[in-house]
Amino acid sequence: MKSLQLARPQRGVMWRLWLALVLGVAAAGSAVALLATSAWLITAASAQPPVLLLMVPIVAVRAFGVGRGVFRYVERLVGHDAAYRVLGETRARITGRLEKLAPLGSQRKGDLLARLVLDVDAVLDLWLRVLLPVAVATVTAAATVGLLALLLPTAGAAVALAVLIACTVVPWLTARTAERAERNLAGARGDVAATTTESLLTAADVVAFNAIDSVLDDFSRRDAHLAAAERRSAWSAGLGSALLALCVGGASVAALVLGSTANITGAVFAVLVLTPLALADVLGGIPAAAQLAIRVRASLDRVQELVDTPAPVTEPTKPLPLPTGRDLQVNLLRAGYDGPDVLDGLSLDMPAGSRVVITGPSGSGKSTLASVLLRFLEPRGGEVLLDGVDLAKLEGDQVRSVVGLLTQESHVFDTSIRENLLLAKPGVSDLQLWKALYRARLGLLVEKLPEGLDTMVGEHGARLSGGERQRLAFARLLLADRDVLVLDEPTEHLDEETGRALLADLFAAAGDRTVVLLTHRPELMPTHVPRQLVCLT
Amino acid sequence: MKPLDPRLLKRARGARVFLAASVLIGVASGALIIVQAVLLAHGIAGVVLRGSGVTAVAWGLAAVVAGRALLVWAQDVVAQRAAAAVKSTLRRQVLEHSLKLGPVWLSGERSSALTTLLTKGLDDLDPYFARYLPQLVLASTVPAGVIGWMATGDLIAAGTVLITLPLIPIFMALIGWVTQARSRQRQHALAVLAHHFADVVGGLTTLKLFGRAKSQEPAVRRVTDQHRAASMGSLRLAFLSSFALELLASLSVALVAVGVGLRLVDGKLGLETALMVLILAPEAYLPLRQVGMQFHASADGVAASEEVFRVLETPLPARGERTDVPDLRVSPLYLYDVTVSYPGRDVPALEGFDLELRPGEVVALTGPSGAGKSTALAVLLGFVEPERGVVVAAGSAADEFDPVAWRRQFAWVPQRPGLRLGTVADNVRLGRPDASDDEVRLALLAAGAADLLLDKPVGEQGQQLSGGQQRRVALARALLTDAPVLLLDEPTAGLDADTEASVITGLRSSGRTVLMVAHRPALIAAADRTVTVGARELVNA
Repeated sequence: MKSLQLARPQRGVMWRLWLALVLGVAAAGSAVALLATSAWLITAASAQPPVLLLMVPIVAVRAFGVGRGVFRYVERLVGHDAAYRVLGETRARITGRLEKLAPLGSQRKGDLLARLVLDVDAVLDLWLRVLLPVAVATVTAAATVGLLALLLPTAGAAVALAVLIACTVVPWLTARTAERAERNLAGARGDVAATTTESLLTAADVVAFNAIDSVLDDFSRRDAHLAAAERRSAWSAGLGSALLALCVGGASVAALVLGSTANITGAVFAVLVLTPLALADVLGGIPAAAQLAIRVRASLDRVQELVDTPAPVTEPTKPLPLPTGRDLQVNLLRAGYDGPDVLDGLSLDMPAGSRVVITGPSGSGKSTLASVLLRFLEPRGGEVLLDGVDLAKLEGDQVRSVVGLLTQESHVFDTSIRENLLLAKPGVSDLQLWKALYRARLGLLVEKLPEGLDTMVGEHGARLSGGERQRLAFARLLLADRDVLVLDEPTEHLDEETGRALLADLFAAAGDRTVVLLTHRPELMPTHVPRQLVCLT
Repeated sequence: MKPLDPRLLKRARGARVFLAASVLIGVASGALIIVQAVLLAHGIAGVVLRGSGVTAVAWGLAAVVAGRALLVWAQDVVAQRAAAAVKSTLRRQVLEHSLKLGPVWLSGERSSALTTLLTKGLDDLDPYFARYLPQLVLASTVPAGVIGWMATGDLIAAGTVLITLPLIPIFMALIGWVTQARSRQRQHALAVLAHHFADVVGGLTTLKLFGRAKSQEPAVRRVTDQHRAASMGSLRLAFLSSFALELLASLSVALVAVGVGLRLVDGKLGLETALMVLILAPEAYLPLRQVGMQFHASADGVAASEEVFRVLETPLPARGERTDVPDLRVSPLYLYDVTVSYPGRDVPALEGFDLELRPGEVVALTGPSGAGKSTALAVLLGFVEPERGVVVAAGSAADEFDPVAWRRQFAWVPQRPGLRLGTVADNVRLGRPDASDDEVRLALLAAGAADLLLDKPVGEQGQQLSGGQQRRVALARALLTDAPVLLLDEPTAGLDADTEASVITGLRSSGRTVLMVAHRPALIAAADRTVTVGARELVNA
């Protein structure tokens, strides 16, 4: 349960959660007390005592009637406030940790990252719909058992047994059946998901070749497996809830039998028999909470897996000062992500201002080299020297103040063009922003936009075309004014022509900077640029 | 939001069966609740007033408890099975309808949103069926029975419940109506927060590149705190409606209990009746409270089903029904003044495009990126309807014909072919599932892919093939059909010069009409003539 640590409350929030628990118990307790005092009141009243004697229970009944609603309202407010605080803190902590891990190399980690935002939201469910409700139910039920035991120990014991089962066996059974169903469904579900994704991705091909019917038949076959598996798992779904109903009903019957022969007043007897009925409401949420707990745990485990990724580089304890020269030298470099070395003894000379084109099929280590040059990845052997100083002896941020990167999919933030540029160099004038835009050949477009620099680019820059996004990222890189530009497949998602134009502009704008182009499409390179060509295998 | 969407019942038979079963279970549950109350009241009153034994009552109660547990179980079984059936029905319907709406409708974000909806989104219907709908049924069956039975013993108590019960939904609706704007504000604030977090996490590498990543942890903390303060303000209002529900329900029970107690003192009521009323009163409110609580759990499912209906209710474009499509082996094809605009873009993707395509000729389409070359092919395939202009064959406009029959005249090689999980042969056979192995081999040969084995798996989205291999498989797939016109979108991109030459020879010798988008000189040279698609003004060109 290490992953639960992720959702631990920070200082100043714990007392709010305790308060929410107390309020929740007060609310649920009011419901139990309402029934108990009502039972007492009615049975006592049937002996027709003077009304004055009934004033206390009457006031109590009314108070409990109001109490439940009021306590519950305050509990929800306090609970939500606390849970949102914990969520915010968890998000901040994770951001801080991921900052050290970025960029995450492997596919698996990328998938985890894609689910991260939703997975972290499980923190809310954990506190609001699992931990707090279960704690409230347990405490209230225990208090009820205590009260009944005071009235008649044997009846208390019977109810205690029912509560014990409801708080242990019921959630266990619910979780187990749900988990088992999940396991049985996973295969069929993945199959249907894959077919759905594929059918939608290949929709154009399917429609053009008039193959809709055969694709749908194939889909229905797989879907039928899933539906059949779901129907099979349905048989065990309600077992937990049914057992809960048995426990609560059984407790009431047991109290009836045990109380009928005991030496107690009629009013106490009525309280003994009817109070367990109120427990149905108190404990009713447990199966749902148990079911949700599984999903919450799976979410938090995924987050944990991501957070547990070891940091890809260790920062030097005593970093050397940044050298002044900009010559780069790669000596016998060995590097790789999870698997074997993808770079195995690479040596390369990149004097300041040179143009180096590195090609090779995917998987030949182009992106790995980029990561090493930017201190995103620790070499397994060999070294990269900047003006004779090993990059490993410099602070990562120092290295990145010299070496800049443009990738195939640069992240464009969901804000204005201006903010996206200012990120690279806070506080510069509009004039400099425009200069960078024009050098990236995006100036004309931005100038034509009605809101100019203040145009919002949309989520992931969705309002720009692929080529425009790359140009915006390039303008940002120019603005940051790095002396070495690493271009990692900058044309990957562009069509041939747009890619060619972009590369020509990139080389023209680079000026006297060193440019390292990593690409598997070297044919898009402008022909007039003299360069050193390196082929990785 | 409607409590029960009638479209769900209309579209999915599983939902109708489920509803019928749930009503049966609901009626049975209501009956057992009443029996339980009667037995308990009888047992307690017997002991208190007469000191009689409880054995018979206890056995009866035990049977009732067992029966109620059984119904709870049955309800879950029925709900899960119904959810499975309904989800399956909807998945198939949505997939079919969206394929029929076509690739242009599906393009971009919509495709990934639909994938999410069909895989994960629909699973949110589980709690809707398992928890929300059964409670809704109980809420409409149990209170009526309970109040009716209470009325046989004590009219005043039954009247109290009868008056207060309808107040609950009325108050909830009123409060919900008043606080709607605030609650939307809150949801917006929460969405903004989640989005900010996603944006920061997604862009951490970029932030790190510019030395700005370390400041993000405090930034997330700060933004979260600001929004939390704002959203708590709205929560105070948003929770009011459930507050009204809880308060009215428990206060009403208290009123009934006190009223009954006072009438007992006056001797107007027997103990047994009074106890029965006391036990039944909360049961009248319980289903309604449960509906209120489950409302949240089911909201996602309702949202998903609304999304489903939005897709299903998108009308299919009106198309002709004629199947006597002219044979393009002999009839020329004309495009006159064809103009296409995609929604959300201000510049037409293709403007005033004219083309004559005579049987057997090879025509290259050239022009700058974004000029509409691929769009011209999409028009011929019927993926988009021109906003202006017309496609004509043998004196009839293309839109008079049934699209399936029309498409039999064309085979298409897209720029990025969509390959399906399976073997190379499976993919080549997409348009002609009955083709023999030899025919498939011949098609691969003509596509310059003789080196590909028929049973080679292509992997998810063709990942196990190189880009060039994928393109050649797509070419073979087109060549295998007997369509008279080939529409090719950069068919030789990513091929080496030798393969390109052999592909071109194959194309020319097939004798078919070819319309191809071409950039590479070798391909343009191989065409009978070249048509330039009008250059629109490009910002960066």
